[in-house]
Amino acid sequence: MDRTRRELMPGVYLTCLRTERFKTALLSLHLLTGLDRQTAAQNAALPGVLRRGTVSAPDMTALAARLDGLYGAHIEPSVRKIGEIQAVGFVADLVDGACLPAGEDPLEDVIALLGEMLLAPNTRGGLLLPAYVDGEREKLLQDIRARVNDRETYANSRLVELMCPGEAYAVDALGDEETARAIGYVALTRHYRTLLAECPMELFYCGSAPAERVAAALTDALAAMPRGELNGDIGTDIRMNTVEEGLRSFTERMDVGQGKLALGYRLGDAMEEPDMAALRVMNALLGGGGAAYVNSRLYVNVRERMSLCYYVYSTLDTVKGVVTVSCGIDPADCEKALSAIGRQVAAVKDGGFTDDELRTARTGVSADMLALTDQPEGLEQFWLVQDLLGLDYGPEELAALAEDVTRDDVIKAAAGMECDAVYFLSGGEDEDESD
Amino acid sequence: MRAIEYPGQGVTLYRSVLPNGLSVYVVPKPGWRKCRAAFVTSFGGADRRFTLEGERCDTPAGVAHYLEHKMFDMPYGSVDSVFAARGADSNAYTSYAVTSYHFTCTDRFEDDLRTLLAFVSTPYFTPETVEKERGIIGQEIAQGEDDPDWAVYQDCLRLLFGGQHPLGDDVAGTAASIAEVSTETLYACHRAFYIPANMALCVAGDVDPEAVERIAREELPEEPAPLPVRDWGPDPGLEPVERHSQRIMDVAAPLFCAGIKLGPAATGPEALRERLTAELALRCLWGKSAPAYLALYEKGLLNNSFYFELDHAAGQSYVTLSGESADPEAALAALTAAAEKPVDPAFFLRQKKAAYGGFIRRLDDFYELTESLAEGCFGGFDPLLAPETLDAIGCDDVSAWAAEHLAAGRFALSIIRPKEEQA
Repeated sequence: MDRTRRELMPGVYLTCLRTERFKTALLSLHLLTGLDRQTAAQNAALPGVLRRGTVSAPDMTALAARLDGLYGAHIEPSVRKIGEIQAVGFVADLVDGACLPAGEDPLEDVIALLGEMLLAPNTRGGLLLPAYVDGEREKLLQDIRARVNDRETYANSRLVELMCPGEAYAVDALGDEETARAIGYVALTRHYRTLLAECPMELFYCGSAPAERVAAALTDALAAMPRGELNGDIGTDIRMNTVEEGLRSFTERMDVGQGKLALGYRLGDAMEEPDMAALRVMNALLGGGGAAYVNSRLYVNVRERMSLCYYVYSTLDTVKGVVTVSCGIDPADCEKALSAIGRQVAAVKDGGFTDDELRTARTGVSADMLALTDQPEGLEQFWLVQDLLGLDYGPEELAALAEDVTRDDVIKAAAGMECDAVYFLSGGEDEDESD
Repeated sequence: MRAIEYPGQGVTLYRSVLPNGLSVYVVPKPGWRKCRAAFVTSFGGADRRFTLEGERCDTPAGVAHYLEHKMFDMPYGSVDSVFAARGADSNAYTSYAVTSYHFTCTDRFEDDLRTLLAFVSTPYFTPETVEKERGIIGQEIAQGEDDPDWAVYQDCLRLLFGGQHPLGDDVAGTAASIAEVSTETLYACHRAFYIPANMALCVAGDVDPEAVERIAREELPEEPAPLPVRDWGPDPGLEPVERHSQRIMDVAAPLFCAGIKLGPAATGPEALRERLTAELALRCLWGKSAPAYLALYEKGLLNNSFYFELDHAAGQSYVTLSGESADPEAALAALTAAAEKPVDPAFFLRQKKAAYGGFIRRLDDFYELTESLAEGCFGGFDPLLAPETLDAIGCDDVSAWAAEHLAAGRFALSIIRPKEEQA
């Protein structure tokens, strides 16, 4: 898989992975901006509004007809939180031209439409259409409110909100209700123009077309992109220690039978010069999902040995330096689960794990990375984070690095890990009660 | 193994049926790093009553899923750690129709394949291990009960099929039904359904098809075993058992699930045409490009959470439509009204082209590929013939299918409403 990276225009970068392996080609476009409570909802609403209609395909019916005619290509709004950066734009996927008769490759048409969505939306008097903005504001509000429906994800995001007051990291990718409600078409148009002029932009392509061809089509499609003074001041502040000396606990209630426990840890010193391979192996050992998951400390002990839960896992955010542990339990088992989870974290920190566990975690991370090379969506997400962090190595290199992680590397990666907050979504009467 | 070429899709399928009755499918994927193997039994949550060699068995709801959990225990311990030590990502799932055991790996495929075939063929249950699992599955069920999307879907199936048909019960069962599961039940189900003639082995990846077949021969019993006879009870008919249900949960806005029964599912080669006609019709009526969907989206009565599914299990086909809406009744009325109008021919052709693009892209999805081969195996059709079968379906076929199957009066509608709204 051939990777190239180039700057198409000031602050607009294209990463191309050329491969004949897939029948699907994938394209993405993301404007990068600092995650901020004041603007997060506006940013999140924008791709949806732009996706409503363009100059040449003025409404969703026309857009759908265009995309269906391109062998059912998709262009979908994308809103992500990467550390304290908010990335907003579109992800497109289409049949790779190599699988279609000559002359039928939809790539150039999809790129042109993508460029049009970003730069030439359907406007009146230079303003985004009020009906589109109002409609998408309501959809965004529905999405923000519907976060409670998924109890597990909700508990995880409430943990982060409560754990990180004063940090941009507390802000959800979609923003919050209050700022979303205030979205109007005049201000959003102004905000849109600012983003276009000031935000760095990341483009990504994975498929069989040569990078030159993709770059030429994108340069063409984005020719009208205004480039002003670029906002280079985006990044993630890494908090090295816990917010308070002691552990903070938060309990909220919802009408549920199963309680959701979420614990947030700061990685501390390991984030000075993060060893990404060691951090991943450490997290795999603890409960990080992927191939090693069923052999991880959390799965084997909290689920299999103690039968406390169906799901328990840890997630690692290498950008922010935070590990979260999540699990769904009978509310009566809360204390038992907390101490069981604490014991697993302690075992990782103290080196209280076997060589077999370490080997499995290493092999698992390595296999996960190699499997990633077969997944265009996974590669897209991987490279966007790498490019934001200025890291140049790919999944294969990371797989090889993981194989070399030692016991000491893992202990070092976990050494500064400190639990900062515990969140428990409990059953029972519905009365808001947070710490 | 016999090689079947699908030139339009750039795919070759290798298939054979072993003397013991096992169907083996391999789709080589040259140049790919990962391999996926799925060992699937035609035994799911709906297969609760059966007769094996004259002996009748009536099992509690959730037994297929319970069995799935317990299969990972081997006399030497959990098979999980064997896969994990080699870097293979292994898991399993149970639906109404099947239980699938699978792994994805990037190394030592043949070792992993042997492990997969061996552990799924080795029942090893003790009262202690079966008891221990009850807490874990109990939490899995509790999680589903708290999940409003899952709850509204289960409510809809209950409306459609009620208590007289296994599709009316949750695949995982309830805390009460799984309390009845014992080692004897698990052994009986394994003996009846985990036999090669009732199973399919489906592989995708850069592998040697002959090696897959050889390993399957070496790991599995040579002789065929008798097949069980299933009893899904009386024909559930086309009318829903009940039409409406409503309850309150902690949700942001009303969630709905509408469902309609399509009657007995076709089997054999005709099944593919029937399924594709139905899928194409649903796409034309309710897909993200369909006029009815877009009108409701623009009115604010549906959002991106809307989706529909065509399902087949226990000999029946049914469709469900789910989403969030401030006014589920109005949304459903508009969606069903769309089914009464003929489909526009130009729109139809675009949907067909988009569906064709979807088939091509799906070949990259190893999960989709292996599971659809298993579904085709048990349903008697070849899913890789989808593009040419699709090609022969016309606009009139689709309109006729909708007119015949989607009578507005036969929909059931379950709703979950937020607390405040009710107050």
